[in-house]
Amino acid sequence: MDDVALSIEQLTVEVEGREILHNVNLKMSFGETHVLFGPNGSGKTTLLMAIMGFPKYRVTKGKIIFKGQDITKLPLDERARLGIGMSFQRPPVVRGVKTRDMVAACLKGQGDEDSISQLAEKTNLADFLDREINYGFSGGELKRSELMQLLAQKPALTLIDEPESGVDLVNIALIGELINSLLEKDCPILERKCMGLIITHTGHILDYVNARTGYVMCDGVIGCEGDPHEILATIREKGYEECIKCFMRRAPGG
Amino acid sequence: MVKTASSEKHKGKAKAATAKPAAYGEDIDLGAYVSSSEEQPYQADPSKLPARAKKRMLEAGIILDDPGQRAGTFIQMDNAPVHSSVRQEGVEVMAVSQALEKYDWLSDYWWQAVAVDTDKYTANIELNKHNGYFIRALPGYKTIYPVQTCLYLAKARLAQNVHNIIIAEENSELHIITGCTTASNEEAGLHLGVSEFYIKKGAKITFTMIHSWNPEVAVRPRTGVIIEEDGLFLSNYVLTKPVRSLQMYPTAKCVGKNAIVRFNSILVAAQGSSLDVGSRTILDAEGAKTEIISRAITTGGSIVARGYIEGNAPDVKGHLECRGLILTGEGTIHAIPELKGTLAGIDLSHEAAVGKIAEEEVEYLMARGLTRNEATATIVRGFLRVDIEGLPPLLSAELQRAIEASEEDLM
Repeated sequence: MDDVALSIEQLTVEVEGREILHNVNLKMSFGETHVLFGPNGSGKTTLLMAIMGFPKYRVTKGKIIFKGQDITKLPLDERARLGIGMSFQRPPVVRGVKTRDMVAACLKGQGDEDSISQLAEKTNLADFLDREINYGFSGGELKRSELMQLLAQKPALTLIDEPESGVDLVNIALIGELINSLLEKDCPILERKCMGLIITHTGHILDYVNARTGYVMCDGVIGCEGDPHEILATIREKGYEECIKCFMRRAPGG
Repeated sequence: MVKTASSEKHKGKAKAATAKPAAYGEDIDLGAYVSSSEEQPYQADPSKLPARAKKRMLEAGIILDDPGQRAGTFIQMDNAPVHSSVRQEGVEVMAVSQALEKYDWLSDYWWQAVAVDTDKYTANIELNKHNGYFIRALPGYKTIYPVQTCLYLAKARLAQNVHNIIIAEENSELHIITGCTTASNEEAGLHLGVSEFYIKKGAKITFTMIHSWNPEVAVRPRTGVIIEEDGLFLSNYVLTKPVRSLQMYPTAKCVGKNAIVRFNSILVAAQGSSLDVGSRTILDAEGAKTEIISRAITTGGSIVARGYIEGNAPDVKGHLECRGLILTGEGTIHAIPELKGTLAGIDLSHEAAVGKIAEEEVEYLMARGLTRNEATATIVRGFLRVDIEGLPPLLSAELQRAIEASEEDLM
């Protein structure tokens, strides 16, 4: 049985007329977590934004198949309703809109005030429900608020952009725990349905969240694919320069 | 005798100002409107007013069928009072004409917070048939429920002249909700209204005004507020329905130490509506504070959103916040925040922003599964949400309902 739930084929994406991603391929099955490594500006966020369907990230070639459906041309909100969710690296402030309103919107009527309170308790954000969303939030608070919304939204595929950026050590453990809960890490492997694609620049999140596959993005292409811990060890030892060199050696004409 | 002399003085000043244009806003031709001295039958039980009038009044926040949550009621149709009643001890509610007969001293308050020769509109009120409400909280009395007042424009092409006096005696607390509306959805009319507020030492007034006019009505309110030591004036103004031309610039003057003024305005201008609305606070006493907040939305009309704070005493503090949202391509919003300080040790600030809904915010909400329309509605609702400190929960809820009702028109 083919249980591939996300298949990205030859994906080429441009932003404001400039091609950022070139022929990216990626496959993910139900229950898996993959991580994207890569230096700044390599196209990691662009890939996530393109999968989520932000109009600014224009697919010029290739396709995205999600749960058997070609979603390449599907608008952002329809993708969200199909089961794709995203934790933003820098979510915007929306003045006057309370955190509680956002969680309620994510629940889509599938929960009441109690479920909102429970989620806030779980993410240590009980005091934030009546604050304007993201307004004056610290790095850790932003991440936890994003994850609280996703826990309400329950997407089949969660895209997480740099969960550890701007987060202190106390927060990172809780954030790891929340991601594990979101990705059903407490379920037996074969019963997991939720998938995660996590961008990590530093790899810290791997101390808390297990992932099956890692990729290194360089200059808009996936340079290599393999065991994430092995990749991380190489990056920690030799830096991204080595990844780029290795990639250049293998590149046609390189 | 003194009273007559003072009255003659006002008439004289008014006569000299009959051609004086207002400082702001389109000049209204008063000759295009008729005056009326028609009396209206007094209605002892306001729930017996015609259903249509009651419905219009309800849209402006006036509840006549179940006034249990009101401390008193005053209704004026055109230039004639038709009802006044009080349900709570320590509060007086009556037509200002009646109050002038009852209290000799009232002439000491007449045209003291607003100058009779401010412009041709104030002059017109003084020189023509007018009436209005008198509301007074006696010393130390604190109302729980608001007094409601309605100024209702019934006759087509009428110039309605209103002069209101509101007094909160020492350490009293008074909540007022006032709704202004018209009988017709399309007949032209003119509403001219003077409101003079006097807030004595330690007293508090919250004043919530909901305007619900029609696209042919012109409106020129003139409001002055004088606040003594430790007094508080909290004003909420909501205009979400179409109006042809509305210009007002209420002015609050803090004359006593630590007096506080807050102005909140919510303005929505549909196509064809022209609004020029500001709030002005003069901080003349030590430790006085003010906060002026306005939220303006245009769906095609034009809005000038003004604000002015002047600091003339030590340790005064003021903040002005003016935010405008242009929902369609046609409308204009012109925010004019002004600050003036005349001595060291004062703290005045402002922030103003005019723009469209940020696409980044819409997409953020869409990424959570909301459609574009739902996302836009959520952002607009957030924009109009002003958490008002000091407003009783009941009034706060009513105000929120009035604002939410307008969202349906916006979307």
